[in-house]
Amino acid sequence: MTRWAMVADLRRCVGCQTCTAACKQTNATPPGVQWRRVLDMEVGEYPEVKRAFVPVGCMHCDEPPCMHVCPSTATKKRADGIVTIDYDLCIGCAYCAVACPYQARYKSSDDTLRPDVATKCTFCVERIDAGLAQGLKPGVDPEATPVCVNSCIAQALHFGDVEDAQSNIRGLLAENQHFRMHEELGTGPRFYYLWDKAP
Amino acid sequence: MNSLQKHWDARAALNFILGGMGAGLMIAAALAHAAGRAPILLSLVLVAAGLGAVWLEIGKKFRALNVFINPFTSWMTRESFIAALLISFGAAAMVKPQPFLPLAAATALVFVWCQGRILHASKGIPAWRAPQVVQFIVSTGLAEGAGLALFFSTEPLLLTWFALALVLRAVAWTRYAAAAPSAALESPGKALLQIGTVAALALALAGAWFPAAAPLAGAAALATGLWLKFALVTRAAFNQGYALPRLPVRGTR
Repeated sequence: MTRWAMVADLRRCVGCQTCTAACKQTNATPPGVQWRRVLDMEVGEYPEVKRAFVPVGCMHCDEPPCMHVCPSTATKKRADGIVTIDYDLCIGCAYCAVACPYQARYKSSDDTLRPDVATKCTFCVERIDAGLAQGLKPGVDPEATPVCVNSCIAQALHFGDVEDAQSNIRGLLAENQHFRMHEELGTGPRFYYLWDKAP
Repeated sequence: MNSLQKHWDARAALNFILGGMGAGLMIAAALAHAAGRAPILLSLVLVAAGLGAVWLEIGKKFRALNVFINPFTSWMTRESFIAALLISFGAAAMVKPQPFLPLAAATALVFVWCQGRILHASKGIPAWRAPQVVQFIVSTGLAEGAGLALFFSTEPLLLTWFALALVLRAVAWTRYAAAAPSAALESPGKALLQIGTVAALALALAGAWFPAAAPLAGAAALATGLWLKFALVTRAAFNQGYALPRLPVRGTR
């Protein structure tokens, strides 16, 4: 069974926000809405301060709290793990937004394509589906890969099938130590962060 | 400090405030037989006004009926179904109190429990997802409704119910505050215990001899409960925020 996931190599990300810009251009999100963001995080106290750039967005969780709370069933989860929103069903109650521990959901009246409904990263699902229909491999062939991954200047972002033992991201996860954000909440996020090579 | 959620504002808070108070009033009305139909009517108005307030908050107002689609997992859908039942039973109780008033009261209890579960299911907001929030939302709804009912009747059974609800609320609040401490809730929490519980209990006791004191007790319980619920929804609702359990290891080690 296919299970799409994203991997961010924190050692490589330089915080250039090219992924953010590429996402905004592709998905035509309005000002203030960033489906793909890169956080600039400082940890520690002077002089022991470290800085990290952390790409965030929808984690396409195994157990998405946003889907469970949605009163209209607008939020759904596909068999391949991608969490989607039906903009024609959504009532814009924003319950999903307060249920998401990753602040990945937006609702904007300025969104000309999706006004006043919940929106978020889709893993560029249209590109994945179109690519698969052409026999392409998401995460390997750029035409079938999310634009944030394609645009990354440092090859910090990767995409692929985490259930496929031969996939690019399975190799990265095997070769490196990694974590997922807020795993303790039981959401099962499908966004992995690499932080060091495997011991 | 994590950021405050901005998706649910005072309109959403009003649903919890008016809905909880209205549901509590319906339960108190079932106990206060001398109060007549006025509290039943007020309860329905409050619950409907709370739902109306949250309707003003949703982005697609003409799709509001889609809220009924997901009773399988969504507490918002369940609350909506129960609200429809509550309003139906309450309206019927205006005409025929037996058996509809007890039915409306039981439905009101489920309604306010759904409200607590709505907050508890909001995993992105630590102050809401604490399991103890459910007991607090239910108990404060009961206390606020009983307090409001004291404006209609001061009969002994109602006074006893009011005192019991206050104690339950104080216990629930103390448990919640221990599990999910928040600076934003310190002042309203203190007021709830000192004015909304201790002073209100004293006034309620005085109400047994001086009926004019009972509504004052009700007002104290009501005002402090509403303040705390408003603060809980709008001022204490900080996002989960981001965490970095490991820092990237760069360069040579």
